[in-house]
Amino acid sequence: MSDVSAANQGANDHSGEASFGDFVQLLKPRVMSLVVFTAMVGLIVAPVPVHPFVAFTAILFIALGGGASGALNMWYDADIDSLMRRTMNRPIPAGRISAGEALGLGLALSGLSCMMLGLAANWFAGAFLAFTIFFYVVIYTIWLKRLTPQNIVIGGAAGAFPPMIGWAVATGGVSVESVLMFLLIFMWTPPHFWALALFMKDDYAKAGVPMLTVTHGRPATRRHILVYTLLLTPFALALGFTSIGGPIYLVTAVALNAGFIWGAVRILRRGEAVAEADGYKAEKAFFRFSLAYLFLHFGALLVEESLKPFGLGGW
Amino acid sequence: MAIHRDHELHTRRWGRNAGLGLVLCGFVALVFGLTIVKVSRQDAQGNPPAAKAAP
Repeated sequence: MSDVSAANQGANDHSGEASFGDFVQLLKPRVMSLVVFTAMVGLIVAPVPVHPFVAFTAILFIALGGGASGALNMWYDADIDSLMRRTMNRPIPAGRISAGEALGLGLALSGLSCMMLGLAANWFAGAFLAFTIFFYVVIYTIWLKRLTPQNIVIGGAAGAFPPMIGWAVATGGVSVESVLMFLLIFMWTPPHFWALALFMKDDYAKAGVPMLTVTHGRPATRRHILVYTLLLTPFALALGFTSIGGPIYLVTAVALNAGFIWGAVRILRRGEAVAEADGYKAEKAFFRFSLAYLFLHFGALLVEESLKPFGLGGW
Repeated sequence: MAIHRDHELHTRRWGRNAGLGLVLCGFVALVFGLTIVKVSRQDAQGNPPAAKAAP
């Protein structure tokens, strides 16, 4: 076999010649950025100060734990990833990394991140990270994702734990504030992903993933989006009345929740024919707004905290 | 023998090795930094500040 043919084969099969970037892609860097941001906010707004280097290390290993669970998710979901347009270019279905390599990397990084977080911060935070990885990989990916249309609802908990872990790094425990930060992400996840499912409809159906759009139909999904958006609002507002909230957060939360509810009502009122005709414009706008919604809520918490030294932030 | 450019396969392999090397160096620096922070915040007996304050 010539060098050239070997190289071509290497790009298309499991010959173990993936680039460094392929391994980075395996850790889902975009999901990691959300984990880093929310965990960082959880750590900063906590009432106990943390040494900046310890805080940096803790955030890094929380992110690595999130990346490890992403790799394990890609290992288990390689079969359905290859069927969906959105995921077919991931390293495993594209043939750049073998499933075994992803499993090995995921397990090794899971162990490393939990141990290092335990050593850097405290063992409660390390154990919490281990539980989060377990929840995402075993409860969500292996068990519920292919079993129930409520997969997103329960699986969303894994993505909601990082601010609680950040809080645990500083305080060594949980509190009302950290639980409310968890509930904010937990209740936000279903409308966010169901909006995505509305305009990525063929993908989930093709892969046989029981998304709500597939099992209960699209009108039911539109109703669910509104119900969960309404359920989310009290938790988002309640956070504003805790020790980490304040007037800036509350004003931000009121405006964002009003916009989110309005978007959900708009989605509910649209029929499938109208949505298809304009290329799911409202659904895509709602999905984009949901990203800003979460970022701005946590950003407002950060602003409240950063203004406290000047006697301005908080109540 | 004429000098020729590295094949793409070797460039990719080099990039992966260099990336891994950097990650490992970063990890060593991180553990070193963490050790310095932890040790400098303890008293002579190795107790953290909170333990010292306890009655």
